[in-house]
Amino acid sequence: MNSLRDWMMPMQASEHAAKIDNLYLFIFWLTLAFFILIAYLTVAFAWKYRRKKEGVLTVNLQHNLALELVWSIIPLILVIGIFFWGFNDYAAASVAPNDALEIHVTGKKWNWSFEYPDGTRSIRSLHVPVNKPIRLIMTSEDVLHAFFIPSMRVKQDVIPGRYVDLNFTPTVAGRHQVFCAEYCGRDHSGMMADLFVDTPAKYAEWLEKGDEELYKMKPAELGKMVWEMKGCNSCHTIDGTKGEGPSFKGIFGKTEKFRDGSTIVVDENYIRESILNPQAKVVAGFEPVMPTFQGLLREIEIKGVIAYIKELK
Amino acid sequence: MSSETHVVEHGAEPAFRQHHFVDAEQQFSTSKIGMWLFLATEILMFGGLFVGYGLMQGVYPEAWVAGHHHLDRIMGAINTVFLLCSSFTMVMAVHASSTNQKSKTILNLLFTLAFAAGFLVIKYFEYSHKFHDGLLPGRYFAYHGGGPPQQAMFFGFYFVMTGLHGFHVVVGMALITWITIRASRGEFSSAYYTPVDLVGLYWHLVDLIWIYLFPLLYLVS
Amino acid sequence: MADTVASPQVHGPVGQHDVDYLHDGSLLSWLTTVDHKKLGVMYLWSILFMFFLGGIFALLVRLELFAPGKTIMDAETYNKVFTLHGAIMVFLFIIPSIPAALGNFALPIMLGAKDVAFPRLNLLSFWIYATGAMIAVVAMVTGGVDTGWTFYTPYSTTTDGSVALMTFAAFVLGFSSILTGVNFIATVHKLRAPGMGWFKMPLFIWGIYSTAIIQVLATPVLAITLLLLIMERTFGVGVFDPKLGGDPVLFQHFFWFYSHPAVYIMILPGMAIISEIVPAMSQKTFFGYKATAFSSVAIAIVSFVVWGHHMFTSGQSQLAGAIFSFLTFLVGIPSAIKVFNWITTMYKGSISLQAPMLYALMFLILFGIGGLTGIFLGAMSVDIHLHDTYFVVAHFHYVMMGSTVIAFFGGLHYWWPKMFGRMYNETAARIAAILVFIGFNTTFLPQFLLGSRGMPRRYYNYLPEFQFLHQVSTVGSWILGLGFLIMAGYLFASLRKKFDAPPNPWHARTLEWQIPSPPITHNFHEVPVVKSDPYDYYRPFEPSVKGHH
Repeated sequence: MNSLRDWMMPMQASEHAAKIDNLYLFIFWLTLAFFILIAYLTVAFAWKYRRKKEGVLTVNLQHNLALELVWSIIPLILVIGIFFWGFNDYAAASVAPNDALEIHVTGKKWNWSFEYPDGTRSIRSLHVPVNKPIRLIMTSEDVLHAFFIPSMRVKQDVIPGRYVDLNFTPTVAGRHQVFCAEYCGRDHSGMMADLFVDTPAKYAEWLEKGDEELYKMKPAELGKMVWEMKGCNSCHTIDGTKGEGPSFKGIFGKTEKFRDGSTIVVDENYIRESILNPQAKVVAGFEPVMPTFQGLLREIEIKGVIAYIKELK
Repeated sequence: MSSETHVVEHGAEPAFRQHHFVDAEQQFSTSKIGMWLFLATEILMFGGLFVGYGLMQGVYPEAWVAGHHHLDRIMGAINTVFLLCSSFTMVMAVHASSTNQKSKTILNLLFTLAFAAGFLVIKYFEYSHKFHDGLLPGRYFAYHGGGPPQQAMFFGFYFVMTGLHGFHVVVGMALITWITIRASRGEFSSAYYTPVDLVGLYWHLVDLIWIYLFPLLYLVS
Repeated sequence: MADTVASPQVHGPVGQHDVDYLHDGSLLSWLTTVDHKKLGVMYLWSILFMFFLGGIFALLVRLELFAPGKTIMDAETYNKVFTLHGAIMVFLFIIPSIPAALGNFALPIMLGAKDVAFPRLNLLSFWIYATGAMIAVVAMVTGGVDTGWTFYTPYSTTTDGSVALMTFAAFVLGFSSILTGVNFIATVHKLRAPGMGWFKMPLFIWGIYSTAIIQVLATPVLAITLLLLIMERTFGVGVFDPKLGGDPVLFQHFFWFYSHPAVYIMILPGMAIISEIVPAMSQKTFFGYKATAFSSVAIAIVSFVVWGHHMFTSGQSQLAGAIFSFLTFLVGIPSAIKVFNWITTMYKGSISLQAPMLYALMFLILFGIGGLTGIFLGAMSVDIHLHDTYFVVAHFHYVMMGSTVIAFFGGLHYWWPKMFGRMYNETAARIAAILVFIGFNTTFLPQFLLGSRGMPRRYYNYLPEFQFLHQVSTVGSWILGLGFLIMAGYLFASLRKKFDAPPNPWHARTLEWQIPSPPITHNFHEVPVVKSDPYDYYRPFEPSVKGHH
């Protein structure tokens, strides 16, 4: 039984995968039995009653109420049973437990990106802790996509302008494949992601360290991403115009004057201090409104911001 | 239809009977079935539009209310009256042709045409007004008087629905012209007035669709 | 309304058109003919050409999928090729195939009529089809279309290419379909020969009649949906575009409201043909005539309320999903009843295993698989896993191709002698049928496994673990292609012969077999008077048509 299932289906890696597979296998055996019946009768009748002599008259069989009722009612009962079975499992799978870990998913031609409760982001790889209910809150930035994890037996269309849920509880640690299942254009078949189901310790470590993608990026690129995603861009422009805070353009190496009258040449240490303890030195002409990013930015991200500011001449 | 009714026809060979029909009665009733089926498809087509319109109205009621304030109820009402009158004259034309009154048939058909033309003239004024104000569908919406942005969608529906209906009016006028010419040639009689009858049915449908369109578009609540 | 609507007297000059319809009139006169048989033949060549074209695209798709990555074309080309395969096969081949080609030819004769109710409308409908086909070809060569045949928004409103033109082609083709439907309904209601009550009609007529109802009632909704899509692209109205406040899922509702009934526009005529071939080739009374007739109508009606089962993962409400799932299971029951009726009809028959019957037997087995695998997809929880995977691709190919197309070719082999007055080579026909059967199953059976293992559909590239099954499938497509090539060979070869078909090669009893092969222009010298049921094989034959024997 199990070997047949493993041959037909992907690994069972979520709490409700077994339920879906049980119904799948039930329908498989049931329809196989019906198929054998149909195929056997078709072939057997065709052979047994093949024409041996031309021009014979045949028996007049037009009705058999008992037979007709049997072959109408038995399938009817069976399919109604299957309907309830399928609906129950469907309804059960679509309810998220209260303690679910919520992760935002965005589909955009042709990438999946993920945002975790602590603000961590990742692209094309989704990390989740094992045995913990997961609720994905998904939307699309352009066309329809569908988030499909075969080994979890879940799939949901991702629709622009709307949030939709996907719930599952992963039970098997390791890498799992994510596909886009709704046709979305040229690289539809390349719109994949890796789902990494980690032990809670490994998951926490990953959150701490950030996605590997961060380590692959050029520091200035990473800095630009941080500037956009962490909201730096709402106060600090990069084109020299004045915002709530000083513009980043040409600031590195410049001598800044502070509210208390002191001055300093902007260098790596000053930028680092301004991110982690912004009230320490407030540039003259600005209000002390910047919040601290202590604990919100990883070391590598701070380095990225510094590299980015250096580049803005 | 009983078999007695068409016994009369045997022997006579009316020119209008097509070869694959047994008699005129069969030809007439078949044509009617065909026309009713065609009308059913028309209703379903407009029905689809109405459903889409209604659903979107449910999502953006303010835009619909704001949009309909730009429509001229008076002109819409006059057009409704025009089409109702044209339906009446059409009924008269069908009746006249079925009772061998040639000149009355033609006169009523011409009246119908006149009402239809009047409808289009008013529609023309309405459209040019909208064009002038920039009340155009979708990305061409250029109205500067404010209001919810989804008015662009409202006018999308407005132009699709009235445009499709207007197209039906134009087709109807062509058909009426065609049967008017045939009527003036004396082709219709109490024995054969199927084309007048069928065009009449079509025209009533065009009228009926407007009866639904008018309140849907002009009298949004 | 009385059952008998026509009187026995014959009008019009008898004997004027005594030549067979194929040779009546010049070659040019075919273009403006109102003869339902000639129109049927013209449709036949048109749709066979479209089947060839769609088939080439299918072979290209399979060839590309022989290995992961680029095999013969890039991703953008692949997306256009699979879109064109789908659009051509659905709109230009399957939907018109049985009703417009075989139905046009056979339906009036089987009713004992000289023509359809509105012959000129029939001609118009053909030319609308031809216009639609030409627009589609223009769309293909001027940029192509890469939306998939379903035109889902907002992809279809934002992608490049000739989407508006292709959509317009489908819109035009819809009108052809509507007019054919109107014509058939009126014909069935009004032009039955004397004595042919509703329950003396051949079951083919019941099937085509049910199909016509769907064509008339569902196609207008497609028309308006496609019109809105065209407006969306040209004016940016925004009804389906979330950026402008519209709802992309609304498009899916509209689209499937037509396109699910359209699935039955495709399968019901296939069933109708099988209901004709099985009793004739088995020389057996039809078992459960009324059940089969009513189940066609029942399927036609229920088909209007199951569209949401295409959208279990689209985010529609759970209740709506449950209702659609339930109704989907219900619509399976009439289909099951039909299968049991066909099989029981064979019981104790005198079964000829000539080509038409081979196709009917293939149909029973392939439709069995196609129908039963539908149960997996109707069950909501299982569908979540299988939706938009190759399992769905395999399922609908078993229904569309394994059933409808196989039934179409069964019908073509059945009526070919009547249409063209020639017999084809029976041995070649049997070899081709067996190749088609083997090729079809080799192509599509592995796809069920691909799908349940998680291979999504419409994929240009795929993971290496799926390669073996894809290769088996591609090899199958070559066997299938070979089978069709042989079929084309012997069918064309038969046309080079003189007329050699007897009026009734299958000893069948419906009216079309009581007139010469090929028929004369007006079908009958005298209006036939129907005395017996269409499948009275238990008693000696009593002809309804005079003057030909």
